[in-house]
Amino acid sequence: MTEVQTFVDQYGAAKAVLPGAGLPWLASLREQGIERFAALGFPTRNMEAWRYTNVRPLQKVAFAPAEPAEGVQIAVDHGAAHRLSFVNGRFRPDLSNVGDLPAGVVLTSLATVLAEDPESLKDHLGAAAEDDGESFLALNTALMADGYVLRIGRGVVVEDPIEMLFIGAASDKSVAYHLRNLIVAEEGSAAVIVEDHIGHGEGAYFSNGATEVFAGPGARLKHYKLQDEARAAFHLHGAFVRLDRDSAYESFVLSLGARLSRNEIRTVLNGTGSECFLNGAYVVADEQHVDNTTFIDHATPHTDSREVYKGVLDDKARAVFQGTIMVRPDAQKINGHQLNRALLLSDKAEIDAKPALEIYADDVKCSHGATAGELDDDALFYLRARGIPEQQARRMLIEAFLDDVIDEITHPTVRDAFRDKVSAWLAARHEEDR
Amino acid sequence: MLEIKDLHVTVDGAEILKGIDLAIAPGEVHAIMGPNGSGKSTLSYVLAGRDGYEVTGGSILYKGEDLLEMAPEERAAAGVFLAFQYPIEIPGVASMTFLKTALNAVRKQRGESELDAMQFLKLVREKAKLLNVTDDMLKRAVNVGFSGGEKKRNEVLQMAVLNPTLAVLDETDSGLDIDALKVVADGVNALRGPDRSMLVITHYQRLLDYIVPDRVHVLAHGRIARSGGKELAHELEAKGYAEFGANEAA
Repeated sequence: MTEVQTFVDQYGAAKAVLPGAGLPWLASLREQGIERFAALGFPTRNMEAWRYTNVRPLQKVAFAPAEPAEGVQIAVDHGAAHRLSFVNGRFRPDLSNVGDLPAGVVLTSLATVLAEDPESLKDHLGAAAEDDGESFLALNTALMADGYVLRIGRGVVVEDPIEMLFIGAASDKSVAYHLRNLIVAEEGSAAVIVEDHIGHGEGAYFSNGATEVFAGPGARLKHYKLQDEARAAFHLHGAFVRLDRDSAYESFVLSLGARLSRNEIRTVLNGTGSECFLNGAYVVADEQHVDNTTFIDHATPHTDSREVYKGVLDDKARAVFQGTIMVRPDAQKINGHQLNRALLLSDKAEIDAKPALEIYADDVKCSHGATAGELDDDALFYLRARGIPEQQARRMLIEAFLDDVIDEITHPTVRDAFRDKVSAWLAARHEEDR
Repeated sequence: MLEIKDLHVTVDGAEILKGIDLAIAPGEVHAIMGPNGSGKSTLSYVLAGRDGYEVTGGSILYKGEDLLEMAPEERAAAGVFLAFQYPIEIPGVASMTFLKTALNAVRKQRGESELDAMQFLKLVREKAKLLNVTDDMLKRAVNVGFSGGEKKRNEVLQMAVLNPTLAVLDETDSGLDIDALKVVADGVNALRGPDRSMLVITHYQRLLDYIVPDRVHVLAHGRIARSGGKELAHELEAKGYAEFGANEAA
C-alpha cells in the first residue's frame, strides 16, 4: 500500500538531498507542496474532476522512491538531432545528445539548472502550475527531482524536433518518480518538442509528471507526447500552459500504454490573438484506463481553440474524456471547438465523456460534440468481400477511424511516427490473438 | 461453376428465398430479373457471405465446394466477387491502399506471390484507364465523395483487379446514365471469357442490351418463376412483372 503518509515520509527523508536543497525559495515551494498534498490526500471519485478515474489501484501498490538508475543500460537510437533521456525520472547524460542548438537555446535537466543556475528558474517554476486542488501536482512540487528545462531565446527557431525520452525501468520493487519539466519560449521563438514515455521491463512504476509551458508573444510551440508506458505502470501527468499574445500551442497526446494514465492539460489563452490546438488519440485494451482531461481558459478576447480526441477501446478498457472550455467575461470574439469520438470494440469497454462549455461572454462561437460507436459492419463486410481477412479488415478500419485525428499533427515526421506507433500496436495485438 | 439447390433463406425471421434452383456453367452469363422485394439482393448477399442471412435449407456448390462453409474473404480468394448495389464508403482508407491490400490478400490466399508497389501500380493504371477511373478517384478514400456512376465504375475496377471466376453484379446499372452504363458494360464485357461466369441481377432489361446474357431467370416471391433465353428480358420489359403477381414499382 501507498498511503498519504508514505509520500510524506519519503519527503521527510529526501528533502535534505533533493536537487536544489538549500535554496530557501525552493524549500518553501516544496514545503507548501507536501502540506497541500497531506491536506488533500489522494483524489476520490467524490471529487468532480476525478469522478470517472479511480486511483485506488495506484494506492494498492507500495511505491519506493526511485533511485538514480545508473545501472540500467538501455539501447537508445542516437538518430535524434537533440535528445535528453531520463531513466526513472533522472537525467542520463550518457543516453542523451543535446546536439547543435542555435545560440539562445538552453536544453538541459532540471537538476543541472538547480545546481548551476537556480535563480533562472524562479520566475517560472510553479508559476503556471497553479494550486487548483490537484494533489498529484502538489506531490510533484514537493518531490520533484528532475526533468527537462528548455528555454528558447527571443526570435530563435529550432528546426529539428527536440526529443525527450522517459524510461520507466521497474525492477524487483515498484518505484515512483516525480518529473518536472519547464518550457520557456520567448517572444517570436519556435520549437517542436516530442516526449516519449516508455517502459523497460514488466514491473509497476508510477510516473508523476508536471510540465509548465510559457509561450511568449508570437511564440509557436508544437508539443507532442507518446505515452507507451509498461502495462503495469501508472502515468499521471499535467501540462500547464500559459499563452501570451499571438502565440500558438499545438499539443498531441497519443496514449497506448500504462495500466492507469491521466493526461491533464490546462491552457490559459492569456493574450489576444493566441490559439491552442489540443488533440489526442488513444488505443487501449485489457483493463487499461486512460483519462484525458483538458481545461481551456479563454481569458482574453480574440482567442481560438480547437480540440479533437479520438480513441479505440477493446476488452474491458475504460476511457475518460473531460473537456472544459471556459470563456471569461469580456473575452469576446472567441472560437472554441471540441470533438470527442470513441470506437468501442467490446461490450465491456466503456467511455465516459464530459464536455463542458462555460461561457460568460456573448460574442462567442463554441461547439462540442461527443460520439461513441462500434465498428461499421457494412464496411467490415465490404473489405472481407474483397478478400481481406477479418482481423486485417478490422485493423484497417480502426486505423481509418484514427486517421483524421492523427492528421491533426502538423509536423510531418512526427505524424508518420505516431501513425506507425498505432499500426504497430494493432499489429502486435493481432499477433497475440493468433 | 455454381450450383444452387433448393435454397431457403431467412432474414430477421422472414423467409425471403423459398427454394431457389440455379446452375451456371463456366463461361455463362445469367441474368436474374425481378420486381423489388423479390429477393434478388438477398441472393447476392448470401453468395458473398454476409451476416444476417440465415440459410435454413438447400445448398450452394461453387466449383464443387460448399460455398456456405466459407468466410467472405475465403469466397473472394476462391474467385467469387460481388459488385455491390450500394458500394460502401470507407473514410480514412485510401482507394489504392484498399485495392492493393485486397489484391495481395487474395493472391496470398491463392498461393500466388504478392505484387510490389510498381507491379501493382501498373496493373491498376491499365485497368482504371479502361473504366475511366481517374487518378483523382484513386487518391480519395474508398467511395468517399464518389458519384453514383463513379461508385459503380469503381466496383467494376475492383472486379477487374481481383480477377474473379464468378462475378455477381447486383443492380450495377442502377443510378447510371446511358454513357456511364456503356462504360460499365464495356468493362464487364471485357472480362467475359470461357472460364468466368457471371450472374447479373437487374430490375431493368436495359443493362442486358449491353451485357447480353445466355439465360434469363425471373425471381418473384423468393422463387425462380420462369427461365428462358435473352428474349425473355425483352418480354418482361414490354409486359412488366404483373404476371408474376408483383406490384410494379417502376
